[in-house]
Amino acid sequence: MSTDRRTFLGVMGLGTLALAGEAALGAAASGEATGHGSKASRRWAMVIQPYKCLKEEGCKACTEACHKVHNVPSFPDRKHEVKWIWKEPYEKAFAAEHERVAESLREKPVLVFCNHCNNPPCVRVCPTKATWKREDGVVMMDWHRCIGCRYCVAACPYGSRSFNWLDPRPHIEKITPDYPTRTKGVVEKCTLCEERLSEGKLPACVEACPEKALVFGDLNDASSEVSGLLEENFTIRRKPELGTDPEIYYVVGGKPDVHV
Amino acid sequence: MRDRAAIVVGLLVFLFLVTFPVWWNLAAGPASAPPKLPLPAGEKECVAPAATMRASHMDLLMTWRDQYVRQSDRTFVGPGGRTFARSLTKTCLKCHSNKEEFCDACHNYAAVKPYCWDCHVAPPKEARG
Repeated sequence: MSTDRRTFLGVMGLGTLALAGEAALGAAASGEATGHGSKASRRWAMVIQPYKCLKEEGCKACTEACHKVHNVPSFPDRKHEVKWIWKEPYEKAFAAEHERVAESLREKPVLVFCNHCNNPPCVRVCPTKATWKREDGVVMMDWHRCIGCRYCVAACPYGSRSFNWLDPRPHIEKITPDYPTRTKGVVEKCTLCEERLSEGKLPACVEACPEKALVFGDLNDASSEVSGLLEENFTIRRKPELGTDPEIYYVVGGKPDVHV
Repeated sequence: MRDRAAIVVGLLVFLFLVTFPVWWNLAAGPASAPPKLPLPAGEKECVAPAATMRASHMDLLMTWRDQYVRQSDRTFVGPGGRTFARSLTKTCLKCHSNKEEFCDACHNYAAVKPYCWDCHVAPPKEARG
């Protein structure tokens, strides 16, 4: 049997085309099957309205609510401090470039917590994948897998992560049994109350705020309250020049509709 | 061959010492019986058959842990299509609410020390029915 060069090349070409076609069809079919469901297309974000937050000086309702439901310890020594949500002086929360922000805001503390960045440096450095970015935007932690190397603590430019230098249990005022505590040697931070989100509840801090200064919602939903607030107001984010792309926004424009 | 008596006695002592653990366990007798675990009142069905749970509850818990935390897969469909939350404290401990008599009794018997309770919180005594 003899095959000339022309026939051989023709057969090979057709075979390659057939393989490529099948691969393309397969990819299209699996793309349809695993296509993004409603869960994956969400993008949780938070908009903070400092004018409302500052209405009552020294208010700690959100911090207390959060730390209570998540069994966050309060150590007497500040160098052991563990915190999920707290207030930071303005110049520490934001860099100095926001010179035009109203003085009434610049002199007051700012509510800060994990920014749930779209490009989180803590995730990039974690050697055990104990922290990762979920599709809905939450920068999640798996405390089972944390080995306490503290790379993430060093990588986070916002100081949002705390390390348990001591056993936290004796320093939790009243343990909430539904939520685990952490152990010595584990890093912890805000998880955007993902355990409450999965039950359809709002984050504890949002629920606890008496002034409704924290607004939580889905950025991918154009009709959500957060999308509306972002469209109507001038907002800033913490240290955007670092390229971490935070998902926590602060309304700084407009007139304060409350007394500061 | 004048040492025969000493050799035989020595061998007997040696055999006794080597087989000592066997005698010790035989003498201890019923004390080494496995603990009887209390069954929860008002609940007949677990998330899997009792034999499976006895043999591989630790694998089930590890799988649940990864599915809950890492894949956000929070609900388990048990026998008969019944759904359970994948949660040690909210599902397992709701029925087996007495950790000392259920978990600890067996773990002490088998001399294993799981570290679940370093973080997870057992229901307080006053909350038990």
